[in-house]
Amino acid sequence: MALTSKEVEHVAWLARLNLSQQEKEIFAAQLGTILEYAGMLNQLDTDGVEPLDHILPVFNVFRADQVEPSAPREEILSNGPLVEEGQYKVPKIL
Amino acid sequence: MELFELTLHELLALHRNNQASAQEITDSVFARIHQVEDKVKAFISLDEENARLKAKAADVEQWSGKIAGIPFGLKDIFCTRGLRTTCASKMLENFIPTYDSTAGARLNEAGGLLVGKLNMDEFAMGSSTEQSAFHATHNPWDLMRVPGGSSGGSAAAVAAGEVPFALGTDTGGSIRQPAAFCGVVGLRPTYGRVSRWGVIAYASSLDQVGVFAKDVEDCALVMNLIAGRDPRDSTSLEIEVPDYTAYLNADIKGMRIACPREYFGQGVDAGIQDAVKKALAKYEEAGAIVEDVSLPHSEYALPAYYLVATAEASANLARFDGVRYGLRDTQADNVVDMFSNSRSQGFGAEVQRRIMLGTYALSSGYYDAYYLKALKVRRLIYEDFQKVFQDYDLVIAPTTPTTAFKIGEQTGDPLTLYMNDILTVPINMAGLPGMSIPCGLLNGLPVGLQLIGKPFDEGTLIKAAYAYEEISGIRHLKPQQGVI
Amino acid sequence: MGKDYEVVIGLEVHAELKTASKIFCGCSTAFGAEPNTQVCPVCSGFPGMLPVLNEKVVELAIITGLALNSEIPDYCKFDRKNYFYPDLPKAYQISQFDLPICKGGYLDIEIDGEKKRIGITRAHMEEDAGKLVHQGNITNTTFSLVDLNRSGVPLLEIVSEPEMRSAREARVYMEKLRAILLFAGVSDCKMQEGSLRCDANVSVRPVGESKLGTRAEIKNLNSFRSLERAIEYEARRQIEAIEDGEEIIQETRTWDEDKQATRSMRSKEEAHDYRYFPEPDLPPLQISREWVEKLAAAMPELPDKASQRLQESFGLPSYDAEILTLSPESLAFFDQCIELYPQAKTVSNWMMGELSRLLNQNNMEIGDCRFGPAELARLLSLIDDGTISGKMAKTIFEEMFNSGEAPDHIIKEQGMTQISDQDTLLKVIDEVIAANPVVVEDFRNGKDKALGFLVGQIMKATKGQANPGVVNSLLKERL
Repeated sequence: MALTSKEVEHVAWLARLNLSQQEKEIFAAQLGTILEYAGMLNQLDTDGVEPLDHILPVFNVFRADQVEPSAPREEILSNGPLVEEGQYKVPKIL
Repeated sequence: MELFELTLHELLALHRNNQASAQEITDSVFARIHQVEDKVKAFISLDEENARLKAKAADVEQWSGKIAGIPFGLKDIFCTRGLRTTCASKMLENFIPTYDSTAGARLNEAGGLLVGKLNMDEFAMGSSTEQSAFHATHNPWDLMRVPGGSSGGSAAAVAAGEVPFALGTDTGGSIRQPAAFCGVVGLRPTYGRVSRWGVIAYASSLDQVGVFAKDVEDCALVMNLIAGRDPRDSTSLEIEVPDYTAYLNADIKGMRIACPREYFGQGVDAGIQDAVKKALAKYEEAGAIVEDVSLPHSEYALPAYYLVATAEASANLARFDGVRYGLRDTQADNVVDMFSNSRSQGFGAEVQRRIMLGTYALSSGYYDAYYLKALKVRRLIYEDFQKVFQDYDLVIAPTTPTTAFKIGEQTGDPLTLYMNDILTVPINMAGLPGMSIPCGLLNGLPVGLQLIGKPFDEGTLIKAAYAYEEISGIRHLKPQQGVI
Repeated sequence: MGKDYEVVIGLEVHAELKTASKIFCGCSTAFGAEPNTQVCPVCSGFPGMLPVLNEKVVELAIITGLALNSEIPDYCKFDRKNYFYPDLPKAYQISQFDLPICKGGYLDIEIDGEKKRIGITRAHMEEDAGKLVHQGNITNTTFSLVDLNRSGVPLLEIVSEPEMRSAREARVYMEKLRAILLFAGVSDCKMQEGSLRCDANVSVRPVGESKLGTRAEIKNLNSFRSLERAIEYEARRQIEAIEDGEEIIQETRTWDEDKQATRSMRSKEEAHDYRYFPEPDLPPLQISREWVEKLAAAMPELPDKASQRLQESFGLPSYDAEILTLSPESLAFFDQCIELYPQAKTVSNWMMGELSRLLNQNNMEIGDCRFGPAELARLLSLIDDGTISGKMAKTIFEEMFNSGEAPDHIIKEQGMTQISDQDTLLKVIDEVIAANPVVVEDFRNGKDKALGFLVGQIMKATKGQANPGVVNSLLKERL
């Protein structure tokens, strides 16, 4: 079952994607199909099954509290689309 | 034979005996690239000038690293300092990293010469390399067909003799599937075996760096160089790296091989099933024990994968907001529009689709039903393999449901394209090592044999794969003369 | 505040943990560096970068939890909190959602002699975002600049239960929490540098009602004073709105220091959907009991214990003890002063009175004070031995504060020794008596107030240096 246009708009907003009307319609249908397929997971009874959120048998991976040299500022800014006064410049926040 | 046609171990032998210099090898490789690239289109960027300079230095300074003077390629998902890294996306079309990935750096430190960056599906999302924002790559076995994906460029380049070996990444099958389609050896190590630092992330709990090689021995040589703990990657484990070349023997008598029936279902081409069964018969002849098993939750791996992977991807790709790097919509007069426009302009349709899917799966009201449910199913898949590995050393199955399909054949319905991963995805969900080696041809196209091992037991995979090369005689397949 | 309503306050405090390097990379956390000079690809969210956890952050978080009487669970993990903002490089913040490092806890405050226990819900570790500097003016920014020096600085977010019932309680809670963090050595708590930040959740409800009212979250509280004022304002605003029949909307409001009012910050209708999920790049934490016990054993003296010690050893009232233990520097100053001048109440009065006044006036902490406890002790002994009067001492004290000079030096420089010598004083007294026959007559006729006038004249003539006690007795004799 396709997603509603409201649902598509909401998800597109959360993901900061600017979709055209046509894209919204296509995605609504495609996502609906994929989610329906994903719904087959409900065939499985997973009561009492622990979610596998960390696959490695490892805990407490640390580093020492030691200062390392930072990157030279020109390097950090080198890919910046717009840079001013040593900072990234962005248009206004509404 | 030309130098470009040789395997890594053959080149190393010649180089060691001063029978081939780094410059000669590099010359041959670039000649080959220029000969076939306009047909194969495996590369996004070539770094010829630098590679040749390094080759000269390797000869003059007599570099002594383990692969000194040997050219290689990197999937354009590995950040390379000073060299454009695009992830096959408009979003990063002009991104020049100021750092090298750990895996790439280890190859550089061993004296390898980076030739260029290889084509892929955009942000590693795809199974055909058709999702690249720049161009499709063509299968050297049949130029009308896809090389597989997402590491299609890496597979094709090795198959076409453009590089002796290449690195790729495998999140749902992106090394094994193109290796199968292109008739080369592809190894995806255990999650945590090779550092992900400097590799642009798709799905953090599933991504793993791996190798494309012409044969199993080459694969072992490269694994020796890239495997091992990296303190900059908290998920790379402190587990000793064995000498993988010690496993290059055919001593598989008594090896217990499990054959999961769920991998031989109706979705898998009969010809492929046949080829795999023949391979298993050869293993039995050689003294291995082959038995039928069940991995009962196998069919649920793909839907679960498309929830877990896309959820993680939706977060990993959120950093592409136009602020510090990448494409920015400079016309936008406010930050919100800048974010949305930059992302919509920078990301292709498949990437946007997966971001949407992942965002939905994590969103309020749906987290439990989708993402959390998928993580629970993930545990069931993991436990299926755990049980089987209590009694067996190895699992063997087909790598792909079909041989390489035609370019343009599957671009209509996303779900059809996703089905290409059905036999490879469970291995990623369980964090296991998996390998694909060629086991024959079907209608002139390569068929891949998939070997799946216990966590951190790449050695057994290498041994079983090497044994197969010996007993079958199928080693270092080359596309028929005349195709390229 | 209407007598029908009570205000309910919960505070969310972010404390920067005192580590040398950031939480997930080796960049320095030092304050005040040039923009983007303490940044690397990891903390600026470049592609392919991965976090590695600074062990000291976990240590300081556990210590804080112990100091706040929290439970430190065996297992905790990190989660991604997803939202888009230009100062958030990865567009997610690595934080802790459902399994934080500290659960529960409390701290005790004292107001007007009454003790009250404020519950703590939880405390968790997270990384800070960078800084946005807006150009243009507040109502019409044209563009902003992003500085990522602060991105990745380790924070501990401490959430209180909504158990405060007045702006004053909230303030005292903050002062106490700050004291605990300072004594535990986990943060330098400088609100002006942003190493201690506070948001207030404020709601009102009719007295007797057990259900919580709709709350507003107040941000941009840059001092304890703003905190108090903002809560008072917001409570009034909400009560007025309710009485007017309006509904209180759950929203984020900002405190406008200039207008002394809270203002709605709602720009987009929807509340954030942070889509929390476990951070796959960081293995979870197993906190052993040994580790916790080791840290507990090494815990420095905390404010409550120090306060108790001051009350028991020196007989100070609890009011004084609470104030003196607002920071380790303050306690150290007191302890050191007492060693040289053992009259606790006197020292306390001067510290809470004159010293406090001057520090506040000049926006200084006691650690910035130009003179030390030895100088205060000396000053107090000089009063005791009559070298200076109490009034003169106040003047000298101010000079000590401004210049850092020792009291003896100041007295010598300014010739401020108190005149107690009888002959000298009698001379002046006689002169004043001679000059004011009418006033003298008044006094002799029973007008006691006239004495004050004469004393004043004597003080004037001696530039305030006459010993008032001696003057008084001599004058009376003469008259």
